[in-house]
Amino acid sequence: MTRFIFRRALLALSVVMTVMALAFVLTRLSGDLAISIAGPGSTQADVEVIRKAYGLDRPVLVQFFDWTRLALTGDFGNSFFFKDKVSNLIGQRMPVTFTLGFTGLAVALVISLPLGILAALNENTWIDRLVSLLVMVGQAMPSFWLGLILMIVFGLQLGWLPISGTGSWQHFVMPAIVLAFTAVPALTRLMRSGMIEALGSDYIRTARAKGLSRSSIIFKHALRNAAIPVVSIAAVQLGFMLGGSIVIETVFALHGVGYLAWESISKNDFPVVQAVVLVLASIYIGLTLVSDILNALLDPRLRGA
Amino acid sequence: MTAILDVQNLAVRFGPTLAVRNASFTVQKGETHCIVGESGCGKSVTALAIMNLLARNARRDAKSIAFAGQDILAYSDRQMEDVRGNRMAMIFQEPMTSLNPSYTIGSQMTEVLRRHHNTTRDLAEQRAIGLMQRVGITAPQMRLGQYPHQLSGGLRQRVMIAMALMCDPELLIADEPTTALDVTVQAQILRLLAELKQELGLGILLITHDLGIVARVADHVSVMYAGEVIETGRTADLFANPSHPYTRGLIDCVPVPGKIKPGEALGSIPGTVPVMKDGFSGCAFRFRCPQASEICTQAVPRHEVGPNHLVQCHLPSRQGGAQ
Repeated sequence: MTRFIFRRALLALSVVMTVMALAFVLTRLSGDLAISIAGPGSTQADVEVIRKAYGLDRPVLVQFFDWTRLALTGDFGNSFFFKDKVSNLIGQRMPVTFTLGFTGLAVALVISLPLGILAALNENTWIDRLVSLLVMVGQAMPSFWLGLILMIVFGLQLGWLPISGTGSWQHFVMPAIVLAFTAVPALTRLMRSGMIEALGSDYIRTARAKGLSRSSIIFKHALRNAAIPVVSIAAVQLGFMLGGSIVIETVFALHGVGYLAWESISKNDFPVVQAVVLVLASIYIGLTLVSDILNALLDPRLRGA
Repeated sequence: MTAILDVQNLAVRFGPTLAVRNASFTVQKGETHCIVGESGCGKSVTALAIMNLLARNARRDAKSIAFAGQDILAYSDRQMEDVRGNRMAMIFQEPMTSLNPSYTIGSQMTEVLRRHHNTTRDLAEQRAIGLMQRVGITAPQMRLGQYPHQLSGGLRQRVMIAMALMCDPELLIADEPTTALDVTVQAQILRLLAELKQELGLGILLITHDLGIVARVADHVSVMYAGEVIETGRTADLFANPSHPYTRGLIDCVPVPGKIKPGEALGSIPGTVPVMKDGFSGCAFRFRCPQASEICTQAVPRHEVGPNHLVQCHLPSRQGGAQ
């Protein structure tokens, strides 16, 4: 098990290195950074001054290793636009994104797991079909639209919840529900199919032949095996939620990392873009590692691999 | 001898299809009763019907299923749960997939004892170790912590057998327990089952398609065809005097070393088991029977051709042996 974790961690680290290189190269492919920092209407001399001031006149490899060396210590340089350290910017925004992502995932699991199990236990009955219908509607519903509808109903008409900002926990309720809805359909379907497969397996027949109770058969023997794919996908979904909540952060004016990424891309604030890409990718890679480890804990057959 | 299991007129249907029709047989305490037949003859369904483990779309019907003198046909699901794995245990054809891949051998073995008897984990583990030793598993202490994928097929089937014995059952139902195993392991498992029967006074209901196995381990045999028991009797009697054309056909299909001449074709029964639907009458074997005649479309009588040797066929009456 320790060897398994070590090998996976090493693999994750090499992916992070690759992402660093890609993030660095891609920002540089978008054009001459010195020109875009200097802005329209600046003279050639201004551009040259900026190029020297930001060290952009040095060879690309030197710049890359310089950036990597500092990034590994947590120093991502300064933002051109916000006039602040990039690490501070990300540090301030991270809690918002994390709160939103984890709450979203929790809500998604609380909805989709029971729903999937319920559908599987009542396969091909009206209950199963009702769940399928809900899942399809959920899948078809765009998140910005659901967000706006919730704002109108619960924020404006009923006045139960605040519609924008990050002041209190109430501010996260609607965004978390909207974010959860992006993951609910996939998780429900996976839980349902995993459960149906598990319940039809030979080891469940053995469990029944042992005279075990229905709850032990469903929740101990079937669920443990059905949960394996759900755990993998849930970890990946969390990655999407943390990195891809730009739309929801914008709709609800939540100043998280997704919003920061969008702002800095539009302003060509490349130190921020590079850092955000790296941080989000690292989180994503970290979550994949966590999912691998969780899977190995759930499925003993993977531990030797 | 006392009967541990007495099945009378068992019928199982899946919608319009009749998987088991009117099957009756008795398993005595301390003996092995084999149910033998081709694929699709209803022998596995019979086993599952006794355990009440049939799929949801199946309907079970019978005059009675008496287990140790109690009619379990009327038992509620809860009552049946208390019997299964406890007084009546079952092992299956697929040792590779019959154990839960996510739990250790120890956890799966102790679970069944702790479900039915009030005992501690330590005591349950002690019993598991003892039984694993008994069924020929080496290093049982170590196996407790292992997962099914770390064991071979033969070992897994031994674990299944040891697990089935955890609660000291009175009846063991074994559904083709050796079909998925290679020949040497097959022989070991069969020998083990025979020993356990002797030692524990266990009644064994062994489902198989292999007459070689029947000849080796069975005390009694019931031959099934298209959901019916068409001949039943003591193994020696049935092999000495096979009275149903189907039984004779099955015996002819078994190659006997020394008796088969090179180049000679093995015996076979042309055709396959027909699917039975409502409204069928007469003998189901008549379409493949070399001795079929007009009378075979009528309801088939049962004849006693020897002590405890019953056959369901028109032939004995045609030969003037009707009783």
